[in-house]
Amino acid sequence: MNAKTLIPLALFAVLVGFLAVGLGLDPREVPSPLLNKPAPAFRIAQLEQPDAQFSPEDMKGKVWLFNVWASWCVACRQEHPVLMDFARAKVAPLIGLDYKDQRKDALGVLKRTGNPYDITVFDADGRVGIDYGVYGVPESYVIDKAGVIRYKHIGPITAEAMRDTIIPLINELKKS
Amino acid sequence: MKYFYALVLFLMACTQVLARDAVLLAEDPVVEQRLIAISEELRCLVCQNESLAGSRADLAMDLRRELRNLIKQGKTDAEIREFMVSRYGDFVLYRPPVKPSTWLLWLGPFGLMVAGVVALFVYLRRRNTDVAATKGLTEEERKRADALLQEGDK
Repeated sequence: MNAKTLIPLALFAVLVGFLAVGLGLDPREVPSPLLNKPAPAFRIAQLEQPDAQFSPEDMKGKVWLFNVWASWCVACRQEHPVLMDFARAKVAPLIGLDYKDQRKDALGVLKRTGNPYDITVFDADGRVGIDYGVYGVPESYVIDKAGVIRYKHIGPITAEAMRDTIIPLINELKKS
Repeated sequence: MKYFYALVLFLMACTQVLARDAVLLAEDPVVEQRLIAISEELRCLVCQNESLAGSRADLAMDLRRELRNLIKQGKTDAEIREFMVSRYGDFVLYRPPVKPSTWLLWLGPFGLMVAGVVALFVYLRRRNTDVAATKGLTEEERKRADALLQEGDK
């Protein structure tokens, strides 16, 4: 075996390496350009009190978790217990964005399964979702005291992601 | 047979009666045409192998609605693309912009081609000199070759 016969083998190994890395990547996880940018402003009605409004401005000075969900979203059900635990632990305010939903259905889900949100805002036509670059529910954003998006989680938050990434980040941001 | 032709003629007459101009779905064909031109260059985030123009996904319909509004507001194509990129990143563009992080993407194939051409030239050169370097057979080798050929004839 001389060096020349090893060349195809080496090339093959490189190819396998690329493919192995590619397999591990999730094509649905598109990096958000909103990271470290101010959270897009909006002022829309709340879910439970249609007369009251909410705006990210109201949360200035607080670190908070912004969670996009919907009653029709199956993955949100998977995420729900994690959010309930988060709310119980009182780590930070949790604001929900009910995305492209029917008020009645959303209220029904919260009543049946419990409501982890301090406030839920109601985005009937999905406009706020578009401003936040939402393309698959659920998505969650950690927003710091200055109103800057510091982290985006795409898909349901797992218990591990909550414990190992989101809560430590929130605690870190609270100190600053 | 006569009846058959009569039937055919009758059916043809029917289709003429029934056929009407397709109903225009868009209120404004000009806006719609621009929308299609722009959204064909944009990726749908939900069905990632579809363009925004072709996708029936819910989000794609919402985004087309937003883009339609932007067009009606008189925004330029570049501004509309910026609207999408600021929300979803360069990923939505089917033609990624040329910038340091995409240099490899744009120039990589040309780099590979150049490397291939260089390798080919080096190989051909070397082979040429190798062929030129061989000096044919020695006397002894020729005898052996003749012997082998004659052996094969038997």
